[in-house]
Amino acid sequence: MDALRNKARDLLSDGSVQVVIGYGPGSVPDQARAVFLRRPEQVGALFFDDRCHQNLAVYLTKPEVKALGKPAIVGTPAILRSILQLAAENQIADGQVLALGVDGDGRVTELPDFKSIEDFLAPLPADLSPQEQEQLARIEAMSRSERWNYWIDQLSCCLRCYACRAACPLCYCGRCAVEANQPQWIPVAPHPRGVLEWHLARAMHLAGRCVNCGSCAKACPLGIPIHLLTQMLSQEVAKRFGLQAGRSAKREYVLGTFKPDDAEDFIR
Amino acid sequence: MTEFEPKIVAFVCNWCTYAGADLTGTARIKYAPNVRIIRLPCTGRIDFMLVLKAFAGGADGVIVSGCHPGDCHYTAGNYHARRRWIVFRKLLDFVGFDIDRIHFAWVSAAEGAKWAEFVNAVTERIRQLGPFEDYHKLVALGNEPIEVA
Amino acid sequence: MEQRLLKRESVGQLFAKLADAGWRIVGPCRSGEAVVFKDVHAPQEMAADYVQTTLSPKSVVFPRYELLLRYRFEGKDVKIDDEQITVVPTVIFGLRPCDARSLAVLNAVFSWDYQDVFFKTRLENTTIITVSCTTSDPYCFCTSVNGGPGDPQGSDLLLTPFDADEYLVEIVTDRGRAIVDQAPELFAPAAGGEVNKVRVLADVPVRFEMSRLVECLPRVFNDEAFWAEQAMRCLGCGACAFLCPACACFDIQDEADRQGGVRYRCWDSCGLSLFTLHTSGHNPRTTQGQRWRQRVMHKFSYFKDRLGTIACVGCGRCSRSCPADMNLAEHLQALAETSA
Repeated sequence: MDALRNKARDLLSDGSVQVVIGYGPGSVPDQARAVFLRRPEQVGALFFDDRCHQNLAVYLTKPEVKALGKPAIVGTPAILRSILQLAAENQIADGQVLALGVDGDGRVTELPDFKSIEDFLAPLPADLSPQEQEQLARIEAMSRSERWNYWIDQLSCCLRCYACRAACPLCYCGRCAVEANQPQWIPVAPHPRGVLEWHLARAMHLAGRCVNCGSCAKACPLGIPIHLLTQMLSQEVAKRFGLQAGRSAKREYVLGTFKPDDAEDFIR
Repeated sequence: MTEFEPKIVAFVCNWCTYAGADLTGTARIKYAPNVRIIRLPCTGRIDFMLVLKAFAGGADGVIVSGCHPGDCHYTAGNYHARRRWIVFRKLLDFVGFDIDRIHFAWVSAAEGAKWAEFVNAVTERIRQLGPFEDYHKLVALGNEPIEVA
Repeated sequence: MEQRLLKRESVGQLFAKLADAGWRIVGPCRSGEAVVFKDVHAPQEMAADYVQTTLSPKSVVFPRYELLLRYRFEGKDVKIDDEQITVVPTVIFGLRPCDARSLAVLNAVFSWDYQDVFFKTRLENTTIITVSCTTSDPYCFCTSVNGGPGDPQGSDLLLTPFDADEYLVEIVTDRGRAIVDQAPELFAPAAGGEVNKVRVLADVPVRFEMSRLVECLPRVFNDEAFWAEQAMRCLGCGACAFLCPACACFDIQDEADRQGGVRYRCWDSCGLSLFTLHTSGHNPRTTQGQRWRQRVMHKFSYFKDRLGTIACVGCGRCSRSCPADMNLAEHLQALAETSA
């Protein structure tokens, strides 16, 4: 904690960054919230522990935050992966963000460029955790109609509030596909088909781009496990095409590239 | 009781499959009339949302067909399409959507006979599967006055 | 107000009597981690041990989507079929006093310049059986917005849990009396004088002075930096508006093909950037700070000026579920403390 606060204080004092994006006290003791520290005397608000799971990288593409100046951002693995994927999509320039890698022992590592972030992430596990794998396996093991009933039931109370989209650092489009109405690709009304098509579209638009932070499901006011859709696809893309988001600042987009010998078994 | 006649929508590329289907006609090869063909410049242009819209519009099955890999009129459109379908099929399967209702083929401008065989095979398969009630029920729910909170 | 006593174990019988008489009953039920309002037949189906439901009961009178009309193209003509609303008499059981008060807020909007037949028909056919709050959490702030954990406003019957096995029943309206009359044997007279429910009600500390807030708002309006700072962590989703029992904004969407189509009304939120986007491309509210300001001004200033009531009941749902922990009451406190 002290290391993080001292680092933040130094960075703000010497002007190397204009804002430190980190976690501060939330509404209740077991909650943290994003803080945007501008002055050295504010760093007492910063802390880092297992309450800190919101993906702060979502703020790096927000115009209001970008207007504050160069940011330092507390770098959990999910946030670091998000930064690399944003870099791969040309949303952040190298050196434009100072990431502060934090580990379990409270050590803070300055990661000033994408290479340093890649190196910091390299020894960390890249795959889904055993619990996440297990959740996916449970659904894969269901019969087709069980899966359909599961998902229609889970999605039945979706309100189309777009908290999932708002919380996702990779959903930064100024005009989301669902907001297009010439034609209206995705129905606006939260009827069962509209809800399904929204979540299918969201998953497809995140294919190969999702960094498995789980923020979408955490943001959902109803706790619908929509992260399973994007996580499943990210696992599939890694398996089939060897591409995984958030490992490198130079990553090809799975649906924007191809190999002449991409294997498939379903095309006659 | 009338036998179920599946409604099948086919998204095909202009340069290969559409021309191939044309050849089927000029060669006077008969095939199942259940298919409604939609011509696009290239399979690379086929957005996955188009497939969903076909089902929402009442289709029981969807065909997607284009140039063989390496033969795309726009060089690489079909390669991109292939990747998209690999990913989309996996997603649909994961949510329990019956992916046996979407069929893919490479049909070139010279393969008039293949087109007929393919359409006949798909029509028969969809006829066996029956009307696509899962999705059509979903659509109908949206058109019902809502009583549930 | 006339008082009765209802044993908790009698609620099941009450439900059965109501169902026999053709009532539909909606109550709070668990749905995964959330508590939402669903059709219920027996009390066991309802959730217990929660402070407030995740979703408000507003969808009973203002569904998240609803069919307004259908249309068909016949040559050059368009044939329109207005949707006939068939509403079953409905009881909402187990909502909180804050939720009961929210219906008047919705009604103010839906009876303002246009009598919304959809909303009004549903509301006329809905009876409100509220359960007072014996617990609260740090997000509740009903007492700051002229409400309270045992406030009867908006309820037809107000039930206050006593001694783990009994409810004090207050008959607030004739509609409430009609419910009691369905099963009078279940509602015993309250023995010897008025029962004082205050001792069991939750303690909800006042967070800010409403009059002070209302006075500060127009003054702070132009301080763009203030609003921008408050909204810095807001992600611009619609969760707060959709969960709010007093939010009534909606979008109208047509879904059609060559033969015809349907017209829906569905929930919308001023927090979404698309909300004020004009067809010209101009958007009068381009920053989240402006949208946040709109939300606060609308609920605590404009609505009060135009329709005579604050458009917030202090239920705290917006704050509990906000993915960025915006916490409305905290922001309102800060606003009320801005100096002249």
